Amino acid sequence: MTETTGNGNGAASRPSFGMARPGAPSRAASDADAAEAQEGAEAAPLPPDTVIDLAAARSNSGVDEVLEALDREVIGLVPVKRRIAEIAALLLVDRARARFGLTASRPSLHMSFTGSPGTGKTTVALQMANLLHRLGYLRKGHLVAVTRDDLVGQYVGHTAPKTKEVLKRAMGGVLFIDEAYYLYRAENERDYGQEAIEILLQLMENQREDVVVILAGYHDRMEAFFASNPGMSSRIAHHIDFPDYTLDELLAIARLMVEREQYRLSPQAEDTLAEYLRRRMRRPRFANARSVRNALERARLRHAQRLITGEDQQCGLEELTRLEPADFRASRVFDDGGEQGAAAYAGRSLEG
Amino acid sequence: MRITQGTFSYLPDLTDEEISRQVEYALGHGWAVSVEFTDDPHPRNDYWQMWGLPMFDLPAPDAVLYEVNECRRAYPEHYVRVNAYDAGYGRQTTALSFIVQRPAVEPGYRLDRTEGSDRRIRFAVHPYALDRPRGDRYGQDPAS
Repeated sequence: MTETTGNGNGAASRPSFGMARPGAPSRAASDADAAEAQEGAEAAPLPPDTVIDLAAARSNSGVDEVLEALDREVIGLVPVKRRIAEIAALLLVDRARARFGLTASRPSLHMSFTGSPGTGKTTVALQMANLLHRLGYLRKGHLVAVTRDDLVGQYVGHTAPKTKEVLKRAMGGVLFIDEAYYLYRAENERDYGQEAIEILLQLMENQREDVVVILAGYHDRMEAFFASNPGMSSRIAHHIDFPDYTLDELLAIARLMVEREQYRLSPQAEDTLAEYLRRRMRRPRFANARSVRNALERARLRHAQRLITGEDQQCGLEELTRLEPADFRASRVFDDGGEQGAAAYAGRSLEG
Repeated sequence: MRITQGTFSYLPDLTDEEISRQVEYALGHGWAVSVEFTDDPHPRNDYWQMWGLPMFDLPAPDAVLYEVNECRRAYPEHYVRVNAYDAGYGRQTTALSFIVQRPAVEPGYRLDRTEGSDRRIRFAVHPYALDRPRGDRYGQDPAS
């Protein structure tokens, strides 16, 4: 016998009180194997000789779309994608197991994302929330992105309600704490950050089914943060490191961004951009994909300026969408032949 | 006697799953949801005690369920209800209110007759629970 979706008797036999939205994903919050609820919470366990079609379960949950979107929109980051695929597989298998009446403890999915600036931590967190929602792990799958400011209060007794308020807003979704190491200030022992961390730890332990906490930050500083908060480190099951992008990956990202903005790169411009990135990567304060985006933003500026001030004021679709090498050449990165400029460049205020 | 106040009170008690779906409905309308409790079940007792502040701008019902469970843990023998407040102009009132916990034993009400002048009789509804002090009205009987 091949099972495809829930046989429907679970949802139908329960009295529905009129106003509940029919399409809303259902989940008994206090129930440990709640993820299975979508397929009929009250269905009897399947007999042991049943065969479940995992492929069908996969396509029904819509996981593949999220993973594909992740593959399409996020370049590189192979270890990150592998880990996400593993988590998705685990949740799917857990759901299949629950249908046979097997129970396992709900996996802890708190994560830490570490990596250099601009390596896609926030983007991946968004996709993660979406994925966990599709797998029935989270009810809503929204992302609440917070920093130290949102969690830590300004005077005694202010922190706890403030942190709780934020946590409540995140329930049913993902709490994304950017630059989490700022929560802990080693130099000031009376800092209220410690209180926020304690409340956070308590929630991570007790409300595991309601909220997934993702801590994000730069690698070395997160290491120091975890070293001084061992309780936090041990409550996080998935420490995911985001590697820096290679030149080819950066170019692929640039192409994706250009396409999304409905521009195109002329073939020469693509070579120039590659050269630009090669030089830029050696400069200080290189922020991976964020630097690529900034470079493209500035290229757009110069492109517009070139069209407005150019001698030929007639322009069509072709001119309006095509970025030329000159739009990148004007950058300061090309100023003094790469490496020698790096030292001088470091003193300047902004990326050129 | 099972008291019937608020929405759904003639139905069997809602499960947590059903509660969160009702809350989801309320949140979908942009209503602010709050949790209240009391041990005075008089029908004219409109103002129950607030369990924390009303929760504004919630995207998902999980937080409400969390607060309901916290309240249940702190007051296992009280009535607990969930209110949804519609702040929209023209309404500005409670849009949905239902009981999510009731004491195990509900003794109900008696009718008090008071004779006034000219043998006129005034009636009053008196919850038996009110004979004991607040916080001590339900659950194990201290006398027994």
